[in-house]
Amino acid sequence: MVSQVLVLIKKELLSEWRQKYALNGLILYIISTVFVCYMSFGVKTGTIDKVTWNALFWIIILFTAVNSVAKSFIQESHGRLLYYYSIAKAEAIILSKIVYNSLLLLVLSLFGILTYTLVMGNPIQNLLLFLTAVILGSIGFASSLTLISGIAAKASSSGTLMAILSFPVILPLVLMVIRLSKNAMDGIDLSASTDEVLILLAINILIGAASFLLFPYLWRS
Amino acid sequence: MKKNWWKILGVVLVAHALISGLLLDVPRLDILNETIRNLYFHVTMWFGMIALLTASVVYAVKYLRSGNIDFDDKSISFAKIGTLFGMLGLVTGSVWANFTWGEPWSGDPKQNASAICMLIYFAYFVLRNSLQDEQQRGRVSAIYNIFAYAAMIPLLFILPRLSPDSLHPGNGGNPGFNIYDLDIKLRGVFYPAIVGWTLLGVWIATIQFRIRSVSRALEDN
Repeated sequence: MVSQVLVLIKKELLSEWRQKYALNGLILYIISTVFVCYMSFGVKTGTIDKVTWNALFWIIILFTAVNSVAKSFIQESHGRLLYYYSIAKAEAIILSKIVYNSLLLLVLSLFGILTYTLVMGNPIQNLLLFLTAVILGSIGFASSLTLISGIAAKASSSGTLMAILSFPVILPLVLMVIRLSKNAMDGIDLSASTDEVLILLAINILIGAASFLLFPYLWRS
Repeated sequence: MKKNWWKILGVVLVAHALISGLLLDVPRLDILNETIRNLYFHVTMWFGMIALLTASVVYAVKYLRSGNIDFDDKSISFAKIGTLFGMLGLVTGSVWANFTWGEPWSGDPKQNASAICMLIYFAYFVLRNSLQDEQQRGRVSAIYNIFAYAAMIPLLFILPRLSPDSLHPGNGGNPGFNIYDLDIKLRGVFYPAIVGWTLLGVWIATIQFRIRSVSRALEDN
């Protein structure tokens, strides 16, 4: 089981590396979105207010996440899915996809922070806490969006479906992450935000467990 | 007749809620005044909704375990009536809020949470309609149903309690049913009303289910 997961993660990383256009596309997606926000607010760096800065950042990350995770099942060809089905356990597939998507989202969000702070200013006072929020957010996004992309892949018009299925489900997570990163921006110490961190962890575990348990049924059909 | 006692009980309890709820004396609280009677109609909708949606999830689990299409029919019937109760809860709440808070929609955490909850179930209906094959529709929508329910729990029970600025009675220093008194007069109508409305919802859902299974049987012949 563990070895299967490791092999699958390695395969995901390799195929991502060999078809760089997908990753490059996502990176360009972040840059363009950040730049659109920067231009449309028409502000000099650092003049945008904190709440807007924070919300805008997470909206960009949310849309990037939906776009990047969507390809994990929707863009795979039917034949290749059938091949995975014959060689690996369903649990191994979902675990490897979640881990891989978490890594991907983490890299993308870190890159997002970099470009975003570059043009929109950097009001973050407690960077460590902000990074905690980013890590927990990436894992949570990955675990819920992976299952939903599997669901959406079964239906026609999966692009729209992906968005409408995932947004309401992911909203509690987004709200908690925004709250936590707002604390980080205000420079509040980690010890004062343990509630938020614990709730985020709990939501992640809940969603992860639900994905893990439900995916085998989805995989079978 | 022996099987239908709960329908009679439901009708009697709803009649009790309507008649006693509108005619009996109620405690007089600031701001709330006579609108406290909404307790029997608005708050009970949420209890009914949660009961019906829980039933829907239970049948979704049963469907996944057995593959019996009857369970899927029951699941969608309960989800539909649960959503209807949710809509009624939003409407009755908005009417009430118009008189007590001054506007029908004031961005209260509980209002937002319930609106998101409705979005989740609308997405569930869209997902169902976009799948053609009966068994696949049952399976995929059951998975989303369970997943959405797991994600809804933090939404409904944790998030509203996190922010102390809810306008709802009992929160943030507003006169509430629990702080001052959910006195004997209110209880005598409130608890029966919860049971009554829920039973009525279950009854409507079973009629829905029977219509579905009859039309399925007609199609098959």
